[in-house]
Amino acid sequence: MHPKKIIPPELVCPAGTPASLRAAVDAGADAVYCGFQNATNARNFPGLNFTFEELQNSIAYAHNHGTKVLLAANTFPPAGKTDLWKQAIDNAVCLGIDAIIVADIGVAVYAQNKYPDQRLHLSVQAGAPSIEAIKYYCEEFNIKRVVLPRILTIPEIKQIKEEIPCEIECFIFGNHGLMAEGRCSLTNYTTGLSTNMDGVCSPASHVKYEEDENKNLTTKLGEFTIDQFSCSQNPGYPTICKGRYLVPHRQDAYYAFEEPISLNLANLLPDLIEAGVHALKIEGRQRSRAYIKAVVSSWRSAIDDVLEGKPPHISDLLALTEGNKQTEGAYASKRWR
Amino acid sequence: MTAELTLGPILFHWPADKKRDFYFQIADESPVDTVYIGEVICSKRSPFFESYYEEIAERLQKSGKKVVFSSLAEVMIPRERKMTEGLCSVETCNIEIEANDSAALYHLRGMPHRIGSFLNVYNEDTMEFLVSKGAKHFTLPPELPSSVLKILAQKARALDVTIEVQVYGRVGLALSARCYHARSHNRVKDNCQFVCEQDPDGMTLNTINGTPFLSINGIQTLSYHCLSLLNELDDMKKMGIQAFRISPHNHDMVKTSSLYRDVLDKTISPKEALVKLKKTGLQIPFSNGFYHGTDGYRWIKSA
Repeated sequence: MHPKKIIPPELVCPAGTPASLRAAVDAGADAVYCGFQNATNARNFPGLNFTFEELQNSIAYAHNHGTKVLLAANTFPPAGKTDLWKQAIDNAVCLGIDAIIVADIGVAVYAQNKYPDQRLHLSVQAGAPSIEAIKYYCEEFNIKRVVLPRILTIPEIKQIKEEIPCEIECFIFGNHGLMAEGRCSLTNYTTGLSTNMDGVCSPASHVKYEEDENKNLTTKLGEFTIDQFSCSQNPGYPTICKGRYLVPHRQDAYYAFEEPISLNLANLLPDLIEAGVHALKIEGRQRSRAYIKAVVSSWRSAIDDVLEGKPPHISDLLALTEGNKQTEGAYASKRWR
Repeated sequence: MTAELTLGPILFHWPADKKRDFYFQIADESPVDTVYIGEVICSKRSPFFESYYEEIAERLQKSGKKVVFSSLAEVMIPRERKMTEGLCSVETCNIEIEANDSAALYHLRGMPHRIGSFLNVYNEDTMEFLVSKGAKHFTLPPELPSSVLKILAQKARALDVTIEVQVYGRVGLALSARCYHARSHNRVKDNCQFVCEQDPDGMTLNTINGTPFLSINGIQTLSYHCLSLLNELDDMKKMGIQAFRISPHNHDMVKTSSLYRDVLDKTISPKEALVKLKKTGLQIPFSNGFYHGTDGYRWIKSA
């Protein structure tokens, strides 16, 4: 029997700052993704992201080390503000970016018409989980790679791979977002800031921690309580879809959407590579440089192990997950749905 | 130009007979001009009502209403892909299709069609591109503030297409691959036993300290508050928005739609209509925050 020819997947890593970008490059990332310091990307947090000059220097550093740099321009410009997104595209192209990750149709039209040779990836924020949706974006905007949402099983990914004309990128590690990306207004409903238009989800500016006399901690987003913790519990960040709520037919508060848990596909790595996934994506541009260094190094060696036919060494990764809890989510079984 | 009043697709899982009777009553008694039919939330619910569509479409059309078929908002598995393809290839005269997912856009390219509120149309460039592919009418996402609606209304006029905005009902805020209704009953989507039928207006999700916050409708998360843009109708008409959508709920939709018609026709004031709406409507607070560029759940009093 001949061993199946394996295409080495690209390891795509997050970079919220120039220091994190260098850490990811040094730890063995094949590509890093980042954003400008404004609403044009979906991690528009204070203290995060790149100025024009920072991106210029970072691209030079990455390219010197043979690493690609991708720009996330993956939010939805509201009418009247599209110039900011166009400028982000112009700047990234001018700096020699390797690919731009887009979600909005208007942004894709602009990039494709003005820079027909520029490589475009379709962001998970575009919400394209079906063969037809992906083909639509490929045919209309010459998309070269699609980032798939975290809701598909590996057999479903294989099926998609066979029928679409572009590469596939999958999330393998980090935040396990539950709502269909690019289609969630929960933050705007609660805080007046929009995930799609402003690039924020549960913004820190609207988070409150309130402690009572018994040292119980209540976490709030805007005016709404997202969870409560006793003094012995480790309080989680108040993200709406990770909170606990009450419904009439249940006695206790429960995680109505999902428990705070991280995605970790380390055990499924050989299956993903075998399925022909072109790129493996780590979530977390908001994470520290130290975290990036640890996570990227672990994944680098895990992927290299699998490519050499060895079982991957993956135990380090659990320590880096949210509350040390991890899931394979929908990738392993559709019973997750 | 007369403002058009529309009835959006029923978002909740009502028994088939109830839905049929609802549409018959709308046909006979409601002043809405256009009625959107079709299951947009969950493909598992769809078979229950399939045999009724022809009958209700005919009845609605006979009473002078335009009928539009709305496509599924989330298309992922083979059943949903087939449903969408089938719907988009329907060659029924007089029935337009409203696309709510890009899988539908794939099939509808080059044909006249409508764009639903589940598709992300946030700016002029996106609108212009979709128009070049055959889009004639847009129902805009509910989170857009009036400043953005105004620019899009101007653009729509320049492109000779029309736009629609939801003005009543709970607001769709998120979609997921997971069914939260099933989850709340310790089930999964494949084994849901259609528990969502128990909540004809959605299942209220309260915070730990008992404040009503959101409502759950299968894979969809909606607002707890009920959108009401009665005070804003006149402003929107002036902007050039032509159509206003009532999203169906489990109470008197004939009365509710009549109140909106009366305000559009200026036969009663928005203030008076609001008082009456409170008596017919859901027992939940109103909201209009998104329109005013603030937290969506808030109620901004008119000046």
